[in-house]
Amino acid sequence: MASTDVEKPIHRDNAKTIESVVIRFTGDSGDGMQLTGTQFTSTSALAGNDVATLPDYPAEIRAPAGSLPGVSGFQLHFASHDIFTPGDRPDVLVAMNPAALKTNISDLRPNGLLVVNSDAFQKRDLEKAGYTVSPLEDHSLDGYRVVALDLTRLTRRAVEETGIDTKSADRCKNLFALGMMYWLYNRSSEPTETYLKSKFGKNPTLLEANLLALKAGWAYCEATELFHESYVVPAAVVAPGQYRNISGNSALALGLVAGAQKAGLQLFLGSYPITPASDILHELAGFKNFGVIAFQAEDEIAAIGAALGAAFTGALGVCSTSGPGMALKTEALGLATMVELPLVICNIQRGGPSTGLPTKTEQADLLQAMFGRNSEAPIPIIAAATPGDCFQIGYEAVRIAVEHMTPVILLSDGYLANGSEPWLLPDLDNFRAIRVQRPDADPATFQPYARNAETLARPWAVPGQSGFEHRIGGLEKQDVTGNVNYDPINHAHMVHTRAEKVARVAASIPRQEVSGDPEGQLLVVGWGSTHGAIQGAVQKARAEGLSVSHAHIRYLNPFPSNLEDVLRRYDRVLVPELNMGQLAMLLRSRFLLPIEVLNKVQGKPFTEPEIRASIDALLQRSPA
Amino acid sequence: MSTAIQNPPPPLTKKDFATDQEVRWCPGCGDYAILNAVQTVFPNLGIPREKFVIVSGIGCSSRFPYYMNTFGFHTIHGRAPAVATGVKLTNPELSVWVVTGDGDGLSIGGNHLIHAMRRNVDLKVLLFNNRIYGLTKGQASPTSELGKKTKSSPFGTAEQPFNPLSVALGAGARFVARSVDIFAPHLRSVLEAAAKHRGSAFIEIFQNCNIFNDHAFDPWTEKAVRDDRVVTLEHGKPLIFGKERNLGIRVTDFRPEVVRFEGEPPKDLLVWDETRTDTTLAHMIAQMGDRADMPMPVGILRNVQEETFESRVHAQLRDAVARQGPGDIAKLIRAGEIWDVK
Repeated sequence: MASTDVEKPIHRDNAKTIESVVIRFTGDSGDGMQLTGTQFTSTSALAGNDVATLPDYPAEIRAPAGSLPGVSGFQLHFASHDIFTPGDRPDVLVAMNPAALKTNISDLRPNGLLVVNSDAFQKRDLEKAGYTVSPLEDHSLDGYRVVALDLTRLTRRAVEETGIDTKSADRCKNLFALGMMYWLYNRSSEPTETYLKSKFGKNPTLLEANLLALKAGWAYCEATELFHESYVVPAAVVAPGQYRNISGNSALALGLVAGAQKAGLQLFLGSYPITPASDILHELAGFKNFGVIAFQAEDEIAAIGAALGAAFTGALGVCSTSGPGMALKTEALGLATMVELPLVICNIQRGGPSTGLPTKTEQADLLQAMFGRNSEAPIPIIAAATPGDCFQIGYEAVRIAVEHMTPVILLSDGYLANGSEPWLLPDLDNFRAIRVQRPDADPATFQPYARNAETLARPWAVPGQSGFEHRIGGLEKQDVTGNVNYDPINHAHMVHTRAEKVARVAASIPRQEVSGDPEGQLLVVGWGSTHGAIQGAVQKARAEGLSVSHAHIRYLNPFPSNLEDVLRRYDRVLVPELNMGQLAMLLRSRFLLPIEVLNKVQGKPFTEPEIRASIDALLQRSPA
Repeated sequence: MSTAIQNPPPPLTKKDFATDQEVRWCPGCGDYAILNAVQTVFPNLGIPREKFVIVSGIGCSSRFPYYMNTFGFHTIHGRAPAVATGVKLTNPELSVWVVTGDGDGLSIGGNHLIHAMRRNVDLKVLLFNNRIYGLTKGQASPTSELGKKTKSSPFGTAEQPFNPLSVALGAGARFVARSVDIFAPHLRSVLEAAAKHRGSAFIEIFQNCNIFNDHAFDPWTEKAVRDDRVVTLEHGKPLIFGKERNLGIRVTDFRPEVVRFEGEPPKDLLVWDETRTDTTLAHMIAQMGDRADMPMPVGILRNVQEETFESRVHAQLRDAVARQGPGDIAKLIRAGEIWDVK
């Protein structure tokens, strides 16, 4: 743990101050682009910028070197003001090979800065990327500021003195590129040096080589005047407090642990590896001194089965998965609904159906969460809006599950899971207490399905409690006694009771807030990871005087009790979603309101201009 | 102030384990005998009633928890071993029993069964094998013999059955046994041995379904033939059977064969050792029952001790606390690089 004050940028005389920059590092899977990106991110965060990131890596672990499917990228947006997304079109593209150039160049904004490793543009490399003529020579890049340099050779020369082998030397070239970017944006390389020392401490030669490459990248720019000018992005004005950079999956893991601790419960994770949720399993597997049991099950069904068994035994059961895994957990979710035990199911959504786009983002599992079980099986659903919000939502999921004795589905997605942002460290004292639904002390009056008058939650008696022996199961049961019961009137009563129990969760959740005006011409309603793009687009539109506001729904089932009232205060409602209109369908059917939609299913997040265009169209304004 | 002398709680009886629920198996079902055996054995194990958990899947046998006054969880088809693993991992002090059938445990739930055995979770798995799907009214199961005519196989099945003991041995179960619903004393002794064993235990119980597969085990268990058709494995004793106790089993060329003898048993009869770590012999004897010319083995095939899964998992938790101290969430939140904004 290191706490530092915001670092002062190194101001050079000719440095030009700018507000925000979007950089995209791209290269082969093995080129270390994720590391380069995360290093630039933490350095920028430490320098006080607001940052937002988007890693974009292939589904293949190591696609053939130099091939188009093997391209890995990391986009980072850093600014001296509040930002909401990793940016739309990069200002700077670093391309370590022709394949990276080919797959990314169309996104680079006109006259953007393109840095390429010309050593990687040999005949074979070009062929692998499908180029017949080198793009460095055919004037196809004339619309950009191209900086082509022999990164491989420069790096080899820089690390020569360490005597390291060529292969290892070549793996340092990402740090040469990083050093260049640090020069360009007047960033201190100290945080990265500290990081390298902790990562390669055990291998002094490798450490030395990496440090040399990093310094050489910087020095090369300083000596050659490769770039005509350098830039400074000053610190952003953000709420005071302590910050760290955090990804959605890390924040979610922390939120779950915090919730379990607050409730005084052991956390039991049942999980099966699946992209993009596996990091939650990895994180929780490391929290053993918190008493966290992270059980890697034989399959998705066993994962939820074990979590439910743990819940029966008095632990907080948690599952982390993604769409295909959710599909497999369906039957057990019905059982959890029937036996009314606390369980948190985290679905880190990805593109589908079936295996779909494992590493790409989508938010198309909302209706699955809502209805994806046989019969009437209502389950509360909540969704995180930003990477940092995953903490709060993880905590809330625990609270709802435990206090209402119900499974809860938590929706995140690949974009939130792997994306990161500066996170204002929360003060746990400010979080609501979580009350566990213990049975009354006297076993003589114990009834497994007696209900809390307010929430309808049943008491949670666990094995080992003498006198509280009871049986539960998936067969319909008589209310209060929990005995198996096939009576038609009882069944109707229980179906209504389970629905009412979930509906009453609305009493314990916050009212729907709106960012903007309490009424007006247009309300943009989003949920999940679209928060950043919507917020950015709405704020810019409002700055231009448009009557548009933003409501982001974090509680999707039940909806906040004032939601209908909120929606009816605007002439029109627009729902942008990374699906074919799932929230829109729920809102229409629930409130009988006309809802405008904006749908995108490309495995990619919305850009601000996409949202903005839709706002403009609805307000009958010509595009700015 | 004087302290009253606490009387120890009265010993548990069979009645303490019965529930007020009406037992709803078909009259004459083998399940009644197994329920009776379990209710007889449980009070004698020295385990408080509240520490028993019975987890079941779906099928006739899986109704079992409703008839046992313990903690019980009637789950979903095939998943009982997974649910039970969560129970045992959460509280290793519980005595966790899984009740399953040949369809539940070996068909839809085969994956969970083998992994629970592999991990050596301290679960006692009772697999009621009636070689038929009873609750769904008479379809072939994964233990139905090749060519068996059932509702779903009117021309006979075209697939080989599982030998449940071979499956359990192959999956690494540390305790593997077989008994029969109507062999009451034998069944009770096997249940007691399983309860005492620490680790994954698998007990196949031949169970007659008198509605959809009546007399399925008669060729071995019918009173008239039983002595000649069943061999009981007893630890440290030679494999001897027969009405006259004049038949023995020896292994020649990696193949068991029956030896008829007069007077003293021959010295080369196989002497059963349930504590063998290597499962080769256990496999050989398990498969002997598939042969028409050999007797059906019952009893304990394997009984070896090894540290359990839950014990190892909890040791890791304790070690982590010893090394790092108990988890402090405020500290965890502040892990990594943090910076102050004033």
